[in-house]
Amino acid sequence: MGKIKSLEELMKIKEDTLKKVKMREEGKRGKITVAMGTCGIAAGAKDTLNAIVETLNELNIDDISVVQSGCMGLCEVEPTIKVEINGEVPITYGHVNPENARRIIKSHIVAGELVGDLIVKKGEE
Amino acid sequence: MPLETNTILICAGGACISAGEESVKDVLERKIKEYNLQDNIKIVETGCMGACSLGPIMVIHPEGVYYQKLTPEAAEKIVEEHLLKGRIVEEYLYQGDKGKIVPQPQKEIPFFSRQVKIATRNVGIIDPLNIDEYIARDGYFALHKALKEMKPEEVIQVVKDSGLRGRGGAGFPTGLKWEFARKSPGDEKYMICNADEGDPGAFMDRSILEGDPHTIIEAMTIAGYAIGATKGFVYLRAEYPIAIERLTVALNQAREYGFLGENILGTDFSFDIEIRIGAGAFVCGEETALMHSIEGKRGQPRVKPPFPAQKGLWGKPSNINNVETLACVPPIIYHGANWFRQWGTEKSPGTKVFALAGKVKNTGLVEVPMGITLRELIYEIGGGSPTGKKIKAVQTGGPSGGVIPEEYFDTPVDYESLQKLGAIVGSGGLIVLDEDDCMVDVAKFFLEFTVDESCGKCTPCREGTKKMYEILDKITKGEGTEEDIEILENLGNVIKDSSLCGLGQTAPNPVLSTLRYYKDEYLAHVREKKCPASKCKALISYVIDPEKCVGCTACARVCPSSCISGEVRKVHEIDQSACVKCGSCIEVCRFGAISKVTPAIE
Ligand SMILES: Cc1cc2nc3c(=O)[nH]c(=O)nc-3n(C[C@H](O)[C@H](O)[C@H](O)COP(=O)(O)O)c2cc1C
Ligand code: FES
Repeated sequence: MGKIKSLEELMKIKEDTLKKVKMREEGKRGKITVAMGTCGIAAGAKDTLNAIVETLNELNIDDISVVQSGCMGLCEVEPTIKVEINGEVPITYGHVNPENARRIIKSHIVAGELVGDLIVKKGEE
Repeated sequence: MPLETNTILICAGGACISAGEESVKDVLERKIKEYNLQDNIKIVETGCMGACSLGPIMVIHPEGVYYQKLTPEAAEKIVEEHLLKGRIVEEYLYQGDKGKIVPQPQKEIPFFSRQVKIATRNVGIIDPLNIDEYIARDGYFALHKALKEMKPEEVIQVVKDSGLRGRGGAGFPTGLKWEFARKSPGDEKYMICNADEGDPGAFMDRSILEGDPHTIIEAMTIAGYAIGATKGFVYLRAEYPIAIERLTVALNQAREYGFLGENILGTDFSFDIEIRIGAGAFVCGEETALMHSIEGKRGQPRVKPPFPAQKGLWGKPSNINNVETLACVPPIIYHGANWFRQWGTEKSPGTKVFALAGKVKNTGLVEVPMGITLRELIYEIGGGSPTGKKIKAVQTGGPSGGVIPEEYFDTPVDYESLQKLGAIVGSGGLIVLDEDDCMVDVAKFFLEFTVDESCGKCTPCREGTKKMYEILDKITKGEGTEEDIEILENLGNVIKDSSLCGLGQTAPNPVLSTLRYYKDEYLAHVREKKCPASKCKALISYVIDPEKCVGCTACARVCPSSCISGEVRKVHEIDQSACVKCGSCIEVCRFGAISKVTPAIE
């Protein structure tokens, strides 16, 4: 990083860093939990996790946090993720490979439409 | 591409480090690596988070879960449960009133929710070694605004309008001081940051420098621009190695980004900052002594005037401000004077950081609006007495301050109100005292400090404080007379009026203020040889209540002078002539059979 001379350059650093720092602040719209038990990781949950974070970053979505959890008990449909938007019913999706992860974000998170074919569970039960 | 899903903010403030922060961090790092999550979980060491009595502390984001009193085992469990499985580990959460467990105490517990953070806005929240995080929280935007949109006079006007007053002790209006330095003739001027922080018990300045070093750099550069200085010095004590280290890193980052050095932000303003290390003498915090010390001379004060604004460092006009004062400057410039005035009182706007200590549940650093009452500070934020004993007074302002009795706890905390009561805001030390504290002893404690720290240049301070100390010592030993009390009062007033610098001028305050409110305690010491708080060793004896003693022998076993005798299951007895009054017996007795009596039994 060279010398900063303008407000624009300052703003750019602020925005870029805020993306990283913002997740530390509260007041999120919702969160995505990725099941990262041994079974999940074996099924590729790590790639899914990376795809989710990358996609959120690409789309400049900073009000959704991403957290990891242990096995959700749905081993046969791993990798699984749970999408919780504040005030809405939590939705658990199965077979979430990186490609499906991107679909879920674009449709569920951005457009507010559930991805019917991947849903394995609605609500907490 | 950042793939972080969790950030762990772990407090690396002094208290948390000594409570074992590093070993907790080591375990976290090892476990996170073990699960191959090092790319997803980031650990940031922050400055002091404030709740020092609960350390080591960490906060896990995005959830904002707050863990306290951590151990290496706790760290292991938190990685396995919380980070891996998303399950909160309850046993290390914050315990609120009535043992209620709270994951995000910032919102629910008065200790956190009543605070307003301006000077410490970033401390405990950002990575102090990362300049981008400072920028993300509007850092250096005030510098940009000042240099590009404002004339130096306008900057000074905003600071004047904000009503900001010096947080280093005296409470002098900051904008006014800047104006004097600006108007003082001379091409070369200096901007100094006083980070000496000599007040025992106060550590807000250290915590700001450790947790948010860039705020001081930004503020000093703005001040340098305002007064027309090209060179700045931070005078930091050698006992603060972490602050020195982090400020050094921050200075380099700021130079790299063009916030320091030649042509700052592309303007024609140039300014740079150097760190000067002090040896840690209390008097070196006094502004003229501090400047002597920077010049390489002995840190002794001189007579004012001339003031630093007229004749400062190397005889040039200089401006000196305290760390906490400076930390308020960038947000004031950025948000404007009225923004700052929304907190505090008309004459004392804004907030003040206090170091709460003594007989309160929550000790540590708190930043609150000026004008909050002592009662709110001590009971709501401090959580009141940890033992249930009656809180009797609060000592404010460190060795230059005074005590305020409980009946005045509804006084708002601001410069004028405390001064009226014979105390001061000072640098913000607050020591809560309860019925076990003896006021003569408290005064003696602070006087011992001043006697040690007096530089010896002027006689009233060098000889006078020593004399006062000797009299206090006599009184606590039961050898004082009523005449001694009179001498104390007279001597105190003479020293106040005739000392050369602020050290001597304020040294008698603890004595004079305890005499003002607790003369009866002094009189009890000299007339009846009694210490009402049962604190002064020479005036108390330990006795065993034969009704309660079951003869368990615990006391006899711990007694270092073997002065307790008695057979098993029979009442024990203390031989007063051999007792050294260490108090070990009272601590081990599980039956409450031992108590202190005053005056002492011959
Ligand atoms: C004996 C003595 C010790 C002092 N120690 C400090 C200190 O450690 N830190 C500090 O900022 N001011 C200290 N001061 C006050 C400074 O002299 C000066 O008033 C202050 O740094 C000005 O900054 P401010 O206007 O921002 O408060 C001390 C004063 C005296 C008389
Ligand atoms: S040092 Fe950790 S909270 Fe103060």
